[in-house]
Amino acid sequence: MSNKVIHAFYTDDDILMDAVKKVRSEQHHIEEVFCPFPVHGLDKALGLAPTRLAITAFMYGCVGLGFAIWMTNYMMIQDWPQDIGGKPNFTWWANMPAFVPILFEMTVFFAAHLMVITFYMRSRIWPFKEAENPDPRTTDDHFLMEIPVHNNEKELTALLKGTGAVEINIVEKHS
Amino acid sequence: MSSHYEAPIREPLILGEKSYHDITVDIAKPIEGKANKNWYIAFYIALAAMLWGFGCIFYTIGTGIGTWGLNKNIGWAWDITNFVWWVGIGHAGTLISAVLLLFRQKWRMAINRSAEAMTIFAVFQAGLFPIIHMGRPWNGYWVLPMPNQFGSLWVNFNSPLLWDVFAISTYLSVSLIFWWTGLLPDFAMIRDRAVKPFQKKIYSLLSFGWSGRAKDWQRFEEVSLVLAGLATPLVLSVHTIVSMDFATSINPGWHSTIFPPYFVAGAIFSGFAMVQTLLGIMRKVTNLENYITRLHIEYMNIVIILTGGIVAVAYATEFFIAWYTASPYENYTYLSVGAATGPYAWAFWSLIFFNILTPQLLWFRKIRRSFIWSFIISIFINIGMWFERFDIIAIVLSKGHLPSTWWRFEPTFVDVGIFIGTIGFFFVLFLLYARTFPVIAQAEVKTILKSSGESYKKLRDGNHE
Repeated sequence: MSNKVIHAFYTDDDILMDAVKKVRSEQHHIEEVFCPFPVHGLDKALGLAPTRLAITAFMYGCVGLGFAIWMTNYMMIQDWPQDIGGKPNFTWWANMPAFVPILFEMTVFFAAHLMVITFYMRSRIWPFKEAENPDPRTTDDHFLMEIPVHNNEKELTALLKGTGAVEINIVEKHS
Repeated sequence: MSSHYEAPIREPLILGEKSYHDITVDIAKPIEGKANKNWYIAFYIALAAMLWGFGCIFYTIGTGIGTWGLNKNIGWAWDITNFVWWVGIGHAGTLISAVLLLFRQKWRMAINRSAEAMTIFAVFQAGLFPIIHMGRPWNGYWVLPMPNQFGSLWVNFNSPLLWDVFAISTYLSVSLIFWWTGLLPDFAMIRDRAVKPFQKKIYSLLSFGWSGRAKDWQRFEEVSLVLAGLATPLVLSVHTIVSMDFATSINPGWHSTIFPPYFVAGAIFSGFAMVQTLLGIMRKVTNLENYITRLHIEYMNIVIILTGGIVAVAYATEFFIAWYTASPYENYTYLSVGAATGPYAWAFWSLIFFNILTPQLLWFRKIRRSFIWSFIISIFINIGMWFERFDIIAIVLSKGHLPSTWWRFEPTFVDVGIFIGTIGFFFVLFLLYARTFPVIAQAEVKTILKSSGESYKKLRDGNHE
């Protein structure tokens, strides 16, 4: 299979949105769109599935809460119960009100950090990772639409020109 | 264009004829250019203050806490004052980036980056004080939940001081990842513009290889939203817990149920004042006047009036309750007739003047929209909020239940030196940040250019008429 792709550049988010809709309605597959900033509604126009990161955050928060319950119970009730300021230490439940700040902080700590780590892993961003945007202008003011070519270069080029692309390149994709 | 509609009555947030590329150029300029003389002067002054403070810290650690002006009655004074002051300042950043994001306030985009940087640097300073005050900072890790070497004695989860450890470290690290995640696309922008290979390498590393795919942006926005949702209760919890350091004790003047909400309001009040101070200077030296506009200054001043108003009502309540109890012990709390007329009257009246009276000037639209007035008032509030914490701590502790516990606090040069040192350290970090980091969240600002940019607004208004 040929690795040829077409790179169409746009300089306006609204034109890009119309172009994405047009290209998709013509039954072409858009491999990727690189943007300098989030374009509202682009994910829907591209048909991307909603992200589930918020759900993972909720689950990580539950893990954090569970961990905090275990930690406070093990350390203050089971392993070394102490009578501090007359606060009851016979059961975790009776001592729980004093642990609320800890429970809350651990919940937030786990949810926030693990969600961000998940985001970095899923989007493949981490220190020393090489950037993969094909053109440096895509972090400035250019939007780049990448479409795989299957011997239909002419047709695609004409279509993309019609959508307002300012530059169209056909490139051999490495990797 | 219609999807970017914004009511014409709203003032523009980005001035001048700007394109997306202009925003890139403007925000990359301070990083790509050379620092001017003023930057170097400010940097060396801050560095000198920082080194002086570090000297005082080493002296304290080498000799002991006896170098401070503490006595048998007042076991903590300047250190905890400074700690609470810095933590309070650290509240504006996350408030701006999290709470204002949830409220969909577009004006936050020009200031959230610097406000968050300020938060992180301020929390560094705050964290120094409890560690130094331990006297043996090399044992600082004992605050972590681990069995120590003397047997399995764990940390005390009932103690507000330990809640503080958890709250502040969570706040610091969550603020840091929130800030850094927002920075990735902007670092990527600098990286893709860099011409020097070294610069390119550094910004490649900092940007974590951000490429800006549609899916990345979708996740980025979701993560920002969820982090904002998590950070909002977090930011409120931090100063609540700081206030519990006092409120859970049984000292008259500290044992107060209104402390948590009032401390949070005070923290936002002081944090916005510090943002105002920093941005007042920064917008000038980095030539970002078109992004940090009069309108931004006015909005921040409105938040300052609101939170300052909450603080004023809290002071009035405390003062009234102290008087109404008719208890002699309550008559020397930090807001009472005793405090207003006693030996700490200067501190009491400083608090009232700097914190309650001067911010009222912001009710005038002219003053609220004036850069120089906002700057002066913000400095006054910074001073006033420092006095608030000093009064709460030193005045309350200076008069205990027995005449033998009537002692006053006199700071030594070490107390003062460490405080000055943290101010220096803070400015060293901030000045370095202003030269190397994109100080405005340019990717986000680009999203509001069409709705809130001056030229686009004019274009649209023309069409309507």
